[in-house]
Amino acid sequence: MNTANESIAATAMLLRFPHPIDGLAGTSFKHEHLAAILAEGPQRGFFEVHAENYMGAGGPPHRALETIRRDHPISLHGVCMSIGAPQPLDQAHLARFRNLVDRYQPALVSEHLAWSTHENTYFNDLLPLPYTKTTLAQVCDHIDEVQDAIRRPLLLENPSTYVAFNESTMSETDFIRTVARRTGCGLLLDINNVLVSATNHGFSPKQYLSEFPLASVSEIHLAGHAEQAGDEGELLLIDSHDRRVADAVWKLFEIVIGQCGAIPTLVEWDSKIPDWTILKAEAAAAQVILDSFQTTMPSGCHAAA
Amino acid sequence: MPQLEKHSHGSYAAAFAASLLDPGSATPFAVAGPAGKRVDKRYNVYRNNVTVSLIDALAAVYPAVQRITGVDFFRAMARSHIRATPPSSPLLFEYGRDFPSFIEQYEYAGSMPWLADTARIERAWLDAYHAADAEPLPPAALAEVPQEKLADLVFIAHPATRIVRSRFSAVTIVATNRSNNPICRIDASTPEDALITRPDLDVVLRGLPPGGATFIESLMSGRSIGEAAGSALEVLSSFDIAANIAGMIEAGAFTTIMSGEAR
Repeated sequence: MNTANESIAATAMLLRFPHPIDGLAGTSFKHEHLAAILAEGPQRGFFEVHAENYMGAGGPPHRALETIRRDHPISLHGVCMSIGAPQPLDQAHLARFRNLVDRYQPALVSEHLAWSTHENTYFNDLLPLPYTKTTLAQVCDHIDEVQDAIRRPLLLENPSTYVAFNESTMSETDFIRTVARRTGCGLLLDINNVLVSATNHGFSPKQYLSEFPLASVSEIHLAGHAEQAGDEGELLLIDSHDRRVADAVWKLFEIVIGQCGAIPTLVEWDSKIPDWTILKAEAAAAQVILDSFQTTMPSGCHAAA
Repeated sequence: MPQLEKHSHGSYAAAFAASLLDPGSATPFAVAGPAGKRVDKRYNVYRNNVTVSLIDALAAVYPAVQRITGVDFFRAMARSHIRATPPSSPLLFEYGRDFPSFIEQYEYAGSMPWLADTARIERAWLDAYHAADAEPLPPAALAEVPQEKLADLVFIAHPATRIVRSRFSAVTIVATNRSNNPICRIDASTPEDALITRPDLDVVLRGLPPGGATFIESLMSGRSIGEAAGSALEVLSSFDIAANIAGMIEAGAFTTIMSGEAR
């Protein structure tokens, strides 16, 4: 269809150059908020979308994203590339992902250190992997492949996990550092995930952050979590994205920003979506912290690395 | 089969995946909690995430079916479907294509023979929602075509256009149950064919007059107006060609007309 191709080309021209994202806080973009966002006019901040929600051919999702993209930087966040799976990447999915990057020219592009597809079944969850030499090589190969396809660095997000693997031979932070060094990918530091995993596995979140390669971090995620109990009554945190960011996460965030300067920071909220004003207020709280460090130091953690 | 060999290296995924959709099977041996803690509840977080998120995905595709059956019935039916037919694509809006057929065979839905067609219309609705954008034919598209050329015209369907035929009142059932209107009694026994279109941003569901589905499906398969009208007249000898053409153009079902010679 010529008309469809022409309209995509026209959109691509309009969206050609990403808006700057340095030092900004942002929120997940939910369609139910579109009217409220547009009513306020262009604002200081960015929006992050799950790539898979925009892999249909057309219709309201693309129209909404084009609208929001005209005035704001966009972060494209992939959820199901299954980078941590032992099997090869889904080539059709990779092509769709590349097309979205080309079409919307996002300021940031990220994916997860996790897997979600095994053989032909898609599980719709971010599943954990052991940290071994074998999985390290697999993950590096997959990230190389994604970066070759999108012709730019990918940001890899640290996972939240509920179990570990007996066969792991290295720490998560060593694994991630090595992946970043070998592939040249950037990192998305999810501070809620750090707290969730630290609580679930009984390590110190501050220790984890001190071992994390912060110099490679180009985006931060903040989100809310739920509390459950494990088999022996121990506290188990669930990465639920369905409420406000916890106080403990805000404290860790301040430490990281104090160390690294104002890294673009997203407040995620994917379930039990609140009114726009509430989500906006969470992002505004993150922006205050970013701004308080913005004037005094440049972004980036180069000295600390 | 190099693929298989590669998978055998990835036994962590095979072992972890094997029990995800099977609540009766054991927690994978390979996973561990801190300080030797038991991991059943921890592994169950993943099981729960997978099943609940996929049930939610089906509920998002089939809101009318859920409203009719009630949430508990729907979630039990969806859970059975997920275990039998988990998604094969990471695109959740593609999931659930087999759900209408599953409903047809689902023992506990036997008293609702119209439920599967209700689901078929909802599935077509979502396909129309995500279909490629295109400009539908303008209302006066046929005005300039000389009368003698009309029968040879062929049409190109809008990417969103879908037809669902039903032996039941599936259009009325969907239209009633996708709104917030109060629930009312519907006589389900009147056959209704659905035309689903999305001329711009909004998906529109219409009931078609008798013969209308045959007519539009013929046009969508590339046959000319004359041929399509012939098929429709076989269904209904009083088929109103002019009214059906006007109706489908107004619905935005087609984007382009061409003279049959160009075929």
